[in-house]
Amino acid sequence: MIFFQQLLNGLQLGSIYALVALGYTMVYGIILLLNFAHGDIIMVGAYVSWAVMTRLQLGPVTAVFASILLCTLLGVIIEKVAYAPLRSAPRLSLLITAIGVSYFLENGAQLIFGADGKNMTAIFSIPNLTIGSLTLSSTALVTLAVTILAMMGLLVLVHKTKMGKAMRAVSEDMGAAQLMGISVNATISFTFAIGSLLAGIGSVLYSNIYQMATPTMGSMLGLKAFVAAVLGGIGSIPGAMIGGFAVGFIEIFVSAIKIGQQSLSVWRDAVVFAILIIVLVVKPTGIMGHKVREKV
Amino acid sequence: MKKLFALLLAVTMALAITACSSSGGSEDSIKIGLLAPLTGEVAQYGLSVSSGAELYIKEINEAGGINGKTIEVIKYDEQGDATEAVNNYYRLVDDGVVGIIGDVTSAPTVAVAQASVEDNMPMVTASATDPSVISYGSNFFQACLNEPYQGTTMASFAANELGVTSAATIYNTGDDYSIGCNDAFVEQCGELGVQVLAQEGYADGDVDFNAQLTSIIASGAQAIFCPNYYQDDGMIVTQARTLGFTGYILGVDGWTNTHEYTDPENLYDCYFCTSFAIIDDEKINEFAEAYRAENDKDPGNFEALGYDAAMVLINGIKAAEDAGLEAGSDEYKQAVIDGIANGVVEGVTGEISYDGTGAPTKSIMIVSLDSGSPEFYMNY
Repeated sequence: MIFFQQLLNGLQLGSIYALVALGYTMVYGIILLLNFAHGDIIMVGAYVSWAVMTRLQLGPVTAVFASILLCTLLGVIIEKVAYAPLRSAPRLSLLITAIGVSYFLENGAQLIFGADGKNMTAIFSIPNLTIGSLTLSSTALVTLAVTILAMMGLLVLVHKTKMGKAMRAVSEDMGAAQLMGISVNATISFTFAIGSLLAGIGSVLYSNIYQMATPTMGSMLGLKAFVAAVLGGIGSIPGAMIGGFAVGFIEIFVSAIKIGQQSLSVWRDAVVFAILIIVLVVKPTGIMGHKVREKV
Repeated sequence: MKKLFALLLAVTMALAITACSSSGGSEDSIKIGLLAPLTGEVAQYGLSVSSGAELYIKEINEAGGINGKTIEVIKYDEQGDATEAVNNYYRLVDDGVVGIIGDVTSAPTVAVAQASVEDNMPMVTASATDPSVISYGSNFFQACLNEPYQGTTMASFAANELGVTSAATIYNTGDDYSIGCNDAFVEQCGELGVQVLAQEGYADGDVDFNAQLTSIIASGAQAIFCPNYYQDDGMIVTQARTLGFTGYILGVDGWTNTHEYTDPENLYDCYFCTSFAIIDDEKINEFAEAYRAENDKDPGNFEALGYDAAMVLINGIKAAEDAGLEAGSDEYKQAVIDGIANGVVEGVTGEISYDGTGAPTKSIMIVSLDSGSPEFYMNY
């Protein structure tokens, strides 16, 4: 019974990671940039939810739309201001810029909102499901459903639409795509908008489960999602999903294991990052990723 | 670039010199030091303590100071760092302070306590709960209750008042305060025959406690002891109740603001021990009002302890001033220390006296969160 309860806990945590990992992998898949500010966009979204609900008293529906809209906007603005000028620069400069943006957002939030966390009430509350002695928080079910929907939506977008075709073309060869009449800038902006939209949705679901916004909440969440994306095969949409759930389950089960009286819960982060190292050494393409042959 | 740098350096030095000369003070003032982290990771605690201490000093000065002399506070930021704390301690000594309020968090306070023994400098910490800070010399006093005392109190309360026979704990393994309280709780449970069925740890910054709480619930414990700071506590309470835990959840004085971090309906059967909470009481209302007027927010435990630490130190200084000793002399310092050790002050966190050690003898109260906000439950 306790095993099933832990399984459900893993499912809840995993679906959050999976949703965040989708955003990571999507941006990486198209422009090969690890957007380290992705977790911090979620943090901004959580603060927007808090501000709308607690400060402006505008109700949950407004909060959801405000968070998603502002996150999407923020993502596009960050791309235009910080990444677009570096389009022809070496990849490392972009990566460092992304880390800079991440610090900027974290410290900006601390300056504006203070170092103390902000608590908010659940955005939507549906009674929890109880089956025998098992409790499944309904928010976890909602998160799970949204994550699966988001993944399917992304797959359709990338593989079945014209914009998706443009995105894949840009990812394959930026120069050639431009020659074929694809607007590279518009495509990349669109990619960021979608990635940040996912971050916005993630922020809503995260705030709903943990009901807390702190300036540094995005950094660990982002790192875990990054591990999930790498484990699943960075760039692969179903991979991000699998990786997210895998990381969620691993964390919960490491916490649940006991050696004598001592539980291993403090080792969970160490185990997750050890997985990152192992994947990068043994199979850098992850579970679902496939090797791309370098063209000469 | 180099020129600009040199210019900046010159300006900084000039400012530093003016700062020094302005802190010289006049003959009619008594200088005391305030050492706290005002920036950095633990700034929230340092700012809270210093705002409480400054409120008391302001009140004393408005009431005419000590025998007509005003109190002048020299405040240094140690950024939560032990080395910075010791350096700033020596700066305060050079500035000629007669006593120091500080430090705030345990690790820097231990470092300063060791350094201060040689000077026999009277020091009162508002909030360093580590019991070792008072072990180096007789010059060091705590205004707060130490960790073993809080952990022990909650174990006795659970066993004797709530009739609990089994308990589990969840604590931050990266925080000495949490560890200290947890160890004391577990030890006292052993003494009282309360079974401790699980001790679960978590790391700094964790937000998902479901795995640990599921293990605790499966163990069948009647109470969860949760000796952490309020942000984590709020999330733990929410998640424990969501998972269906209906037993007691117990805390220590880091819980003061927990009710702001979870929904009121989760707080039934939650108790914590503290020396301060905003409950309906004449003395506390008066303090809270004065604090709000200055700071535009409610005071918490750290603010109240800062206020009381200042009160304890000033009480000692009064004794030395009354004896007409020369400020800064060895006799003066010893008189301040004796004044604190033998004095009794009516603080906002209770009546504080010292029984031969640097740890205060003061009443500890149990606060109930049953109604969703803190309410006085009993003195323990």
